[in-house]
Amino acid sequence: MTVLINEKAASISLTGITRSYGAVRAVDGLDLEIASGELISLLGPSGCGKTTALRIIAGLEQTDSGTVVVGGKDITRTPANKRDMSMVFQSYSLFPHLSAADNVAFGLRLRGVKPAVRRRRAIELLELVSLDHHADRYPSELSGGQQQRVALARALAVEPKVLLLDEPLSALDAKVRIQLRDEIRTLQRRLGITTVFVTHDQEEALSMSDRIAVMSNGRLEQCGSPAEIYSRPATPFVAEFIGSMNHVPGIADGATVTVSGSRLPLSVPGSGAVTVLIRPEAVRLTDDPNGNTTITTISFRGPVTRVIGRLDDGTPITADLPSVQAASFAEGGRVHVTYAEEPVLTKAAD
Amino acid sequence: MTRRKVFGGVFLALVGLYFLLPLAAAIEFSLRDVGDTHSLEVWKTLFQQDGFVTNLLTSLKLALGTVALTLLIMVPTVTLIHLRMPQFRRTMEAICVLPLAIPAVVLANGVFVAFQGAPPWLNGTPVILCLEYVVLSLPFTYRALDAGLSAIPVVALVEASRTLGGGWATALLRVVVPNLRTAILNVSILAAALALGEFTLASLLLMDTLPVWTVSAGQSNGAVATAASMLILIVSWVLLLVMSVLSRRRSRTPRRSR
Repeated sequence: MTVLINEKAASISLTGITRSYGAVRAVDGLDLEIASGELISLLGPSGCGKTTALRIIAGLEQTDSGTVVVGGKDITRTPANKRDMSMVFQSYSLFPHLSAADNVAFGLRLRGVKPAVRRRRAIELLELVSLDHHADRYPSELSGGQQQRVALARALAVEPKVLLLDEPLSALDAKVRIQLRDEIRTLQRRLGITTVFVTHDQEEALSMSDRIAVMSNGRLEQCGSPAEIYSRPATPFVAEFIGSMNHVPGIADGATVTVSGSRLPLSVPGSGAVTVLIRPEAVRLTDDPNGNTTITTISFRGPVTRVIGRLDDGTPITADLPSVQAASFAEGGRVHVTYAEEPVLTKAAD
Repeated sequence: MTRRKVFGGVFLALVGLYFLLPLAAAIEFSLRDVGDTHSLEVWKTLFQQDGFVTNLLTSLKLALGTVALTLLIMVPTVTLIHLRMPQFRRTMEAICVLPLAIPAVVLANGVFVAFQGAPPWLNGTPVILCLEYVVLSLPFTYRALDAGLSAIPVVALVEASRTLGGGWATALLRVVVPNLRTAILNVSILAAALALGEFTLASLLLMDTLPVWTVSAGQSNGAVATAASMLILIVSWVLLLVMSVLSRRRSRTPRRSR
């Protein structure tokens, strides 16, 4: 197989990007630096502005203010077709009247590449996504996953400076999604292409990205490595959006908080009654007839068992334990809940 | 055979009769000869009739011009509406239906007044009629294109083409038009059929077209007029057939369900 290293990969710098639709600010003062060759995910719930941000990078939407700089060049007002980027869409967007190979060769044709050369290159790229044997099929003859692979090959064929992926896996079924997710990541690494990946699926973002930019209401909440985002969320929004969280009432006192009788350090100092956010894997259970919690449900999930209980004050609590450890608990049993001594985030008490 | 099929067959036969009986009668009439005999005499003399060929050619040119102009104006316009101003689709539809609501007399008068000072190559020539036919065919052509564009994800396809480096012209010619083939074919057939068969406006604007010639010929010789009108119909059908064969041959895209 031919090695296709992309030598054009460029860094992206977004400064103060703002875009409003009527009274709604879809993107609100977004600043983001993306290194050359990096895969960054824009992650957030629907309507958080991630797709708008991506479309602004692509040139399919205009910014109201702010600048888009790619490879050191300000392209804020450059039309989409002159940006030297390519995009993969959620809906595949293959040209229905062209075969897979012709779809892949479309961008090369626009660049004046000779028919024989672009055909050869299209086949190479289809090989890259394991679809060279379907080169002459039309989009209507391909499955969703195959269509999205062709779309990926089409986007890579023009050797773009930046690859933009707009929820490319959302329309696919679970198995294909995971497979294609790994393929995209492998290809991206191999080609060293700067990639911006928009998704609302945290698992996708966590497993694929060099860095994740979590967005909410048009603003950047936090940008960091998947591990950082998961274990050290900067805001309650990020904490709750990534993974799951227990909401336990506590009393904050400067740098610490007292919650179900345990004292935990605070990420951000506070005082008074608060709701403490605690990950299920940070919950510790010990068998204790005089404990503070009654177990209501135990559900086995392979290596991990999820134990759900109710604290004496009525607060539901979820713990994810290694299954070996969870074997000693029974539904209806009494346990004592404590928490791992890690800095926790709080939000205003419910 | 089930009852439903029998009913369907009978219904189809009745509808067929409703359409075909008048045609058969007209053809029979154009074939009548002296006494109770039938012959091709009228059809043979048709092409020798004074003015027939000239007017037939005028009508064919008009049809061609109308189709070309309609496609040239309407394909980019309707595409633009779908891409950039989808909120105006209803308004546009309402505007395009207007020609159906405006009587031909009013239209003809409007043309008289509006083009009074127009240059001689336009005023009083078939060119003006061609412009009129583009407008007259709007109710059908707009809908055909609108339906065609609604059936493809046009915004997504154009965006895909743009991110791959294509400008607006590329998007229109290499992405939209190839995927609108059926709609474009429908538009062409509708516009051509209208231009070939339209009588009122041509007559009011004192133009010589085949339908106008047919009516005036009918005043002296009914059989000739009937043969001529049958010919218009046959020419339209042949055009339709040629276009649909052409489109099928060029359409390599297999239409398989997903």
